[in-house]
Order: sequence, then structure tokens, then C-alpha cells
Amino acid sequence: MTARTLVSVPKEARRGEVIAIKALISHDMETGFRYDNTGKPIPRDIITQFVCLYNGIEVFRAELHPAISANPFIAFYTVATESGKIEFKWNGDNGFSAAESVTIAIA
Amino acid sequence: MSRLFRHVILSAVLCGASAASADEIPPAERKSGYEQMGREIRAMQDDDSANPAMLWVLDGEALWSLKAGAAGKSCADCHGDAQASMKGVAARYPAYSPALARPVDLEQRINMCRTDQQQATPLPAESKELLVLSAFLARQSRGVPVEITDDRLRPFVERGGELFTRRQGQINLSCAQCHDDRWGQRLAGSLIPQGHANGYPLYRLEWQTLGSLQRRLRNCLTGMRAELYPAGAPEYVDLQLYLKSRARGLAIEAPAVRP
Repeated sequence: MTARTLVSVPKEARRGEVIAIKALISHDMETGFRYDNTGKPIPRDIITQFVCLYNGIEVFRAELHPAISANPFIAFYTVATESGKIEFKWNGDNGFSAAESVTIAIA
Repeated sequence: MSRLFRHVILSAVLCGASAASADEIPPAERKSGYEQMGREIRAMQDDDSANPAMLWVLDGEALWSLKAGAAGKSCADCHGDAQASMKGVAARYPAYSPALARPVDLEQRINMCRTDQQQATPLPAESKELLVLSAFLARQSRGVPVEITDDRLRPFVERGGELFTRRQGQINLSCAQCHDDRWGQRLAGSLIPQGHANGYPLYRLEWQTLGSLQRRLRNCLTGMRAELYPAGAPEYVDLQLYLKSRARGLAIEAPAVRP
């Protein structure tokens, strides 16, 4: 099953308004520090990077590490500048990648 | 002196007896585990865009209209819009199955539909597919008060109640000793909830995932150092049924978030 994402961005905002953005993604975030029942280490498999682009301009970036919980939830704020597209990208171990995009209208 | 001594012994015995025979929590004092959680976890449950269990609900919504099995039918082909057809269903499960002459929980009911109607293989217990479907179904009952009214269920509720108050395991504990008598107190660092089953399936931060009520019951049994009932044993359903009947009147919060 591909990763399920759930992002929350206001559909409309006033120009210059500070808006809250929330991004949730399904991922096990296997730390690499655990062992299976036979004593073999379970290899690390985590999301390592999250980027948010607002009309192509990067407004937020995060590096993720093994201590971050499964299904990472990232919330942040940005200033609503103009109508357009807000894109979210997640990248990680074993070629993991997921993307989501929403539109925002500025009054 | 000896009379006083006897009196002390007698009252000690009486106290012991009253503490051992747990009484059900009176309706006015009944409260969901939600009310005992911290502000942050409550906020997480309240906000659908922050509640990680919604990832399962969304997957379940997709699966609801996916055709499966030899019959080539989806859940939606029979049940239509889940928002209307499944509202309140989770609030009255486990429900009586005339075919099996005993109660079945929501997950078992989903699998009965799968084998009988869709002619597909049943989904393994605690598998992602089964959990996403039960999370999606339970979500449709959010806010509906728990109600177990079917008379045919009465003997099973009683059996569940008997399991709930029976001491078991190496430390000789019953469920009731914690959840009826000592709720609100602490078990090591954790607050003891009343143990109402109004939020399942739920996202448990400790699990880092979504799990069923059966999984939670197995957790409790392990904590009591008791022997687990075999997988799929009727005891789990009887216990779930008793918990549901004990939680009557509380609103369904599924999918809830718990520490």
C-alpha cells in the first residue's frame, strides 16, 4: 500500500495572513535499533526529509531522524502571499517518496 | 479485649470482602478515558487533520468501494453510502449473530461479509485491511451513544462480566480491581482509566499504530501475567460485549487516540 497522506491548509486566506499548515503521513519509521524474534537487526527505514513548496518556493523543510514517531505529523505556519499551489514532499530510506499538493485562494 | 479484637478482625474481613466484590461504576460517575487524558492528546484526537487514526479511516473509505472476491462486489455495492448505512452500527457491536448463535464483534462481522457476500478470503485478525475497514465503520458512529439492548445478548454480557471480575494470572488480579475500584489512581506512572470501550479501534501512542479492542485486551492480560485466550476465542467477544454494555450512554469516539 502506498503511503497515505493527510494535509490541512485553509482553502482561502487574506493576503498577509499567517496560516497554519498540517501534514500527516503514514510511515512505520523503523528506527534501525530494533531486533526481530531471531535476533537479527531490523534495518532502518525512515522518512529522512520533508519539504513544503509554496508556488515553487520552499517555505519549510525538516530533517527527520530515527527518534521521530511512526506516522510523523508536522505542523508549521507560513504567510499567505498569493493564490496558487502548496506542495508537500516526503523522501526517505529505500527510495521512499510521497507527494501531495493543494490549492489556496487569496482574497 | 478479646471482644474488641474480634470486632477488629470482623471489620477487616468485611472491608476485605467489600473491596474484593467490585461494584460497577455508577452511571453518573462514568466517563470516557478521553477525560483523563492530557490536553495535547485530547487535541490530537479532536482534530481530524492531526489524528493519525484518520490515515486508517481514509484507507478504509477507499477499500469500502473496492470490489473483492469471486462475487466481484464491494462493501458499497450492498451497503451504499457508509455515512448513512453504517451510522450507529459500531455503537451496538458486538451484536448477536443468529447464524452462529452468539455475538460477533465488528471485525468478525466484516469477515462474515467477506466470506459470505464477497466470497473472498477472510482478512487476518489485526491486519491492516481489517483495521482500516473497522476504523472507517466505527468513524461513522462518532457521537452516537453506546447501547447494547438485544435480549439475546444477556447471557454473553453476564459471562463477560464474570470474566471481568475473575481474578487471574500470576499476580491474581481481576480487570475490575483496577478499572472499577481504582480508576483515577496510578499503576506505576500511568493513570488507570475506567476502561470503557467507546473509542475502538484506536490509535495508541504506545503502539505507534492503530489497534483493535482485542489487542488491548491481550495487552491487559499480559500485564496481569495471565494466560492469553486463544486467538479468536469467544472470551474476547464476551469481554468486549460486557465492556460495551458497561459503557452504555457514552458517546463513540472512534477512532480515538490514547496514550
